[in-house]
Amino acid sequence: MNRHVDPRATLPDADGIAKGEVLLDVRNVSLRFGGVKAISDISFDIRKGEIRAIIGPNGAGKTSMLNVINGFYTPQEGSIVFRGKERQKIAPYEAAASGIARTFQNVALFKGMSTLDNIMAGRTLAMNRNFFWQLLYYGPALREEIANRRKVEEIIDFLEIQHIRKTPVGRLPYGLQKRVELGRALAAEPSLLLLDEPMAGMNLEEKEDMSRFILDVNAQFGTTIALIEHDMGVVMDISDRVVVLDYGRKIGDGTPDEVKSSQDVIDAYLGVSH
Amino acid sequence: MLAKAKAGTTLDTFPKYLVLNAERFANRPAMRHKDLGIWQGWTWKQQLDQVRRFAIGLSLVGLKRGDKVAVVGSNRPRLYWSFAAIQSLGAVPVPVYADSVAEEMAYVLDHAEVRFAVVEDQEQVDKLLSIAEKVPSLREIVYDETRGLRDYDHTHLHAFEDVQDRGKSAMDASPEALALWQASVDQGSGTDLGVILYTSGTTGRPKGVMLSNDNLVKSALHGNAFDRLGPDEDIIAYLPLAWVGDHVFSYTQSYTAGFCVSCPESPETVTEDRREIAPTYFFAPPRVFEGLLTALMVRMEDAGRLKKKMFDHYLAHARKVGEKILNGEPVGLLDRFRYFLGEILVYGPLKNRMGMTRLRVAYTAGEAIGPELFRFYRSIGLNLKQLYGQTEACVYITAQPDGNIRADTVGVPSPGVEIRIADNGEVLYRSEGTFVGYYKNDEATRATKTPDGWVHTGDAGFIDAEGHLKIIDRAKDVGRLRTGGLFAPKYVENTLKFFPDIKEAVAFGDGRDFCAAFINIDLQSVGSWAERNNVSYASYQELANHPEVYRIVGTHVEAANRKLAAEPMMASSQIRRFLVLHKELDADDGELTRTQKVRRSFIAERYGELIEALYDGSTEKYVETEMTFEDGRKGRVRATVRIVDAPVFGVAATPVREAAE
Repeated sequence: MNRHVDPRATLPDADGIAKGEVLLDVRNVSLRFGGVKAISDISFDIRKGEIRAIIGPNGAGKTSMLNVINGFYTPQEGSIVFRGKERQKIAPYEAAASGIARTFQNVALFKGMSTLDNIMAGRTLAMNRNFFWQLLYYGPALREEIANRRKVEEIIDFLEIQHIRKTPVGRLPYGLQKRVELGRALAAEPSLLLLDEPMAGMNLEEKEDMSRFILDVNAQFGTTIALIEHDMGVVMDISDRVVVLDYGRKIGDGTPDEVKSSQDVIDAYLGVSH
Repeated sequence: MLAKAKAGTTLDTFPKYLVLNAERFANRPAMRHKDLGIWQGWTWKQQLDQVRRFAIGLSLVGLKRGDKVAVVGSNRPRLYWSFAAIQSLGAVPVPVYADSVAEEMAYVLDHAEVRFAVVEDQEQVDKLLSIAEKVPSLREIVYDETRGLRDYDHTHLHAFEDVQDRGKSAMDASPEALALWQASVDQGSGTDLGVILYTSGTTGRPKGVMLSNDNLVKSALHGNAFDRLGPDEDIIAYLPLAWVGDHVFSYTQSYTAGFCVSCPESPETVTEDRREIAPTYFFAPPRVFEGLLTALMVRMEDAGRLKKKMFDHYLAHARKVGEKILNGEPVGLLDRFRYFLGEILVYGPLKNRMGMTRLRVAYTAGEAIGPELFRFYRSIGLNLKQLYGQTEACVYITAQPDGNIRADTVGVPSPGVEIRIADNGEVLYRSEGTFVGYYKNDEATRATKTPDGWVHTGDAGFIDAEGHLKIIDRAKDVGRLRTGGLFAPKYVENTLKFFPDIKEAVAFGDGRDFCAAFINIDLQSVGSWAERNNVSYASYQELANHPEVYRIVGTHVEAANRKLAAEPMMASSQIRRFLVLHKELDADDGELTRTQKVRRSFIAERYGELIEALYDGSTEKYVETEMTFEDGRKGRVRATVRIVDAPVFGVAATPVREAAE
């Protein structure tokens, strides 16, 4: 048993970016759908090892921003620099291969598959043997399967979901499904983890559990996390820095305390008479 | 074989047993833990190595002979290893309930003056750090699970593995370390304190029960012999570490008998893990058996019609002959064959589902088990037995021997245990497992343990004709009739409540001439009788007062009296007069606790007139009672309650009549 080795040592972190340096830089990004401007001229950065929250009222462009980062949308203007490489257009699978993993606002799991299989699916990118080897099964493909299964078991252990290992996720309560989804994203061993409303629809206890897992992922694996969240209490508690969006514009950026005292942010959230 | 040759050896401490086991059972499994979805195992040799490294590491961190060490967490191999490691240094483990709140834990740790703590994970570390101020004696904390603890200040905080590594390097550096440790093990003796277990204590502060190595070893050996436990048993450790039951079953018996203990993956996976291990020896409080059965029944509701039919049919058959077969009583050939078919079709798969396929001995203890529940498990061929025990006795006071099992007793005195019934009905025992005393609480020790070693259990009971102990009530609730006979209200009430028509009963008799009772009928049960017999009624009150209902209840009381008459100690508690109460006892009116227990003193006050009527010979009484409706409104019920005499049997009849004259 050597599960007590430093998990960070097992991570393929070859980008050479030290903790605290810029991992992802969003530069003057604008995104339009026809005439609708979802995001206009937004710039911010995400530093390695931090928990970065993106907040804002409904329709502020938060999810669009996440979709831009992981290549689902291509912005009309601006660019994104990830790990020092500038890119304007990237396919989601390329983003995933480059180390960006995400979860979704509405749980997007394979409902009929077990927790184990769902998380295993997150290891797809780590399966390097081709179709031929997979077909042969014994030998390299099997060794690879065992190594991947071990990684998945570590995640199951980490998220404390051993008891639902073999349960089809469709039968699980929502809070647990969210946790499985987090597990699947973690299975990719991402260097940047995007969480789209990880606590939406959860009760207080589930929220506390999830907050703890997010903090633990950050502390234990050193994963950089960008999250969208509505629950202000949670955001202010767990994030290092916060970006505030409103109507597609950035209206605040800084530590939770700075953001909380910013007049623009207060106006956006509480409304203001014009 | 070496294993056989040394199997009979007895020693006086557990570290000594560990060293012996590493020799006699060298490569047999000692411990298993499901981790990352796979059962990981350690042999006795490896277990010795793990314990030794940790012990030497602990001594380097500064643990001294006589120190107290808290052990907090769930059932994990490393926490069990710490017991032996701590004892090997002459220190004393103090297992603490992992789920106790900070306040309670602070009290226990401070009272025990623990210097070290070995805990499971961050949650426990945080809890200990939060109460550190209140536990001035606490110096060092060792934790098992590293997650989340990386950034903590590690001046007084140590990872289990790091402590072991220190031990390992010391052992590698010089052979002296090992020799010192062995010397420390040899220095241990039977009279040393083995463990301090804090009793949860429903009233007042928890008390620390000090058990010596002799207590623990000897009662474990007695227990092993009683159930013929050997190195081939398999058990799963899933009960709280701080509970004496777990300590005895998962630690002391494992070390003395040499069997393997399996730790589940997490508290939520116990059922599944148990199925995989299929223990041969199993111990659980009644609620676990109840939970298993409920889960089973719920699943059966979803089963196909054929399966459901088969299930019902064969369970009915098992109820008829299963217990007899298990007890070795004569059963017809055809019934045996049908039972055999049932085993293949139903009982076998059921036992497999519950992880009880290989079960040889199972115990239920902690509280009384419902007879129905008990019989269910026995009828499908599981050797479930009852045990009566206490922390103060290293568990064993009485246990049911194989083949001599009854649902309503807790068995015969365990080997090496003497039992005596005090004049007030309280059960006293004396054995080699009897505790040394309460830690730093001589007053409580004196109140519980007599100078010649008898321990007051606080429970009242009697020994029946076959030598089985029957527990009837808490000793403090037991009173006396004016005739001198023992009056155990709960026993009388339970005898009445055995009948489905009787929902609740309240017995009176302490300081009176005879025993009398209030009875509540069960609206569902009696209601369905009324429906079948065209008896119309508008309310509980009307049904309760129906002459036919009185007649039915009367026959039940008569049957209950017959039962009571059969027990010499209880015969004088036969119910001479009873009444059917005009309203249901209700927690909203304060008559029951929220857990549906009768609040006897409150009822006695509220219905004082009725109680007087029971004893002054009147045949009816008019009363008005305030009651609370479900919507919270209050109202008054008026009724004329009839009081009826009931026949009594046997010897009891005479002395009471004399007293009545």
